[in-house]
Amino acid sequence: MPIKTEPMTVNIGPQHPSTHGVFRLRVTFDGEEILEVEPIFGYLHRGTEKLAEERNYTQIVTLTDRLDYVSSMINNQAYCLAVEELLGVEVPQRAKYLRTLTAELQRVASHLMGIGFFLQDLGTLGTPLMYAFRSRERILDLFEMLCGARITVSYMRPGGVFFDAPDDFWPALDQFLKDFDAEYKEIEQLILENEIVMVRTRGVSLLPLDLAINASVSGPVLRASGSDWDWRKMDPYDAYDRMEFDVPVATGGDNYDRFWVRIQEIHQSIRMVKQCIQQIEPGPTRADVPLILRPPAGAEAYGRVEASKGELAFYLVADGGISPYRCKVRSPSLINLTVTEHLLVGWKLADMIVTLGSLDINMGEVDR
Amino acid sequence: MALQQLTGEDLAEKVAAGVPESVDGMVDGALRVKSQKIADVANFMKSDSGLDFNFLNSISAVDYIDHFEVVYHLTSLNKRHTAIVKTRLVGRDDLTLPSVYHLWRGADFQEREIWDLMGISFSGHPNMKRIMLWEGFEGHPLRKDYL
Repeated sequence: MPIKTEPMTVNIGPQHPSTHGVFRLRVTFDGEEILEVEPIFGYLHRGTEKLAEERNYTQIVTLTDRLDYVSSMINNQAYCLAVEELLGVEVPQRAKYLRTLTAELQRVASHLMGIGFFLQDLGTLGTPLMYAFRSRERILDLFEMLCGARITVSYMRPGGVFFDAPDDFWPALDQFLKDFDAEYKEIEQLILENEIVMVRTRGVSLLPLDLAINASVSGPVLRASGSDWDWRKMDPYDAYDRMEFDVPVATGGDNYDRFWVRIQEIHQSIRMVKQCIQQIEPGPTRADVPLILRPPAGAEAYGRVEASKGELAFYLVADGGISPYRCKVRSPSLINLTVTEHLLVGWKLADMIVTLGSLDINMGEVDR
Repeated sequence: MALQQLTGEDLAEKVAAGVPESVDGMVDGALRVKSQKIADVANFMKSDSGLDFNFLNSISAVDYIDHFEVVYHLTSLNKRHTAIVKTRLVGRDDLTLPSVYHLWRGADFQEREIWDLMGISFSGHPNMKRIMLWEGFEGHPLRKDYL
């Protein structure tokens, strides 16, 4: 006699180690197979956009740190580009290079965390994560030398950067780059082409290119599906127009490709850091801007960067006062989650955790 | 090939020919269209081979007290150009805009967010409910009159 079964609905989260923050998935299972998925979020909603309307333009930099808190440098950069567009300020060359350099170091740190947690989700119990964190710690130490903070850096300001790098920063950066080559090779040898990783991730949770574009997916997730769209190439900001780099593209759109694109992007970021060190010249690090900024009434700006998660943009509207009238954040993590249902339905419970890891979301940015 | 920003002037004639009586003027390099025509204009801008806007960057809403403005940032990944389309909704109660969900799936969470925080609902969206706040929350906190 056949055993009678029925679908079961389970809440994964909001408190669950694999969801990388307070994120809930309401999933209906048939045995181990996923029938329905509904992502539910908002648990970390702090009203950043409303808070920004109450603070002056310089203070908002500290709010942007707390969006995607593992890549705060890049958040600072997107916001500062938007304010500079409002004001029509030209940033000094040295500041442009310092921004590009720190943004690329931050991308390395963020991708290392993405890779580490992706492998953690596969069930590697910490070892690769610690390998990734070893190098990430060194980058955070470098940030500490620049601005005194490791996570919530607030290093960039509208018009440039807050401080020039101290003299002992440059030898420390050289030493880091030297060590990183060996450390990263070790990570790559452990995980790239690793048979268990390949079997668990190849061909799982496919994202076709047309759906990726239609769902406004951006960043490594889009490039893993076969598009070469990268805002650093398409609409260069800061010093990216003088950087030589390739955009890694994969065509499979599966979990492995999303993971592979991040691994390759780290190589390109390190390449850009080295070019910044060669090209940077002495000079001022901040444009001559007043302490309290007052962009003209009616001015609007859309400051956009290629963040580690995808297209991050700030849409600012000024009313002539000291705070923006509206500060909208286009958050890549939130919009990349649009495809969760497509990616998960039909796959198994264990794949669900890995697929979420491959999207590399950050709840600070999803909920804002 | 560098990215090209199409201004309202570049777009107005084409859009007016494609969707009659939709254009409402031009502001700061953006095209302004009538609110009830927004889905038709979006459909035209996506399907017209010369414009080909296949990527919706973001949808933002701004509260100007006597009216709301909804701003669409669009990009064509094939033609490598961008555009900004704006529309106005006068009043503060029962605001509805045609949804662009069926053209760009990327509008899903953004339209829900605008309903949640700004109180503009989108007709034709299959799952129009709050996203950041919980069901039963009173008011729309990003509005200027919410204290």
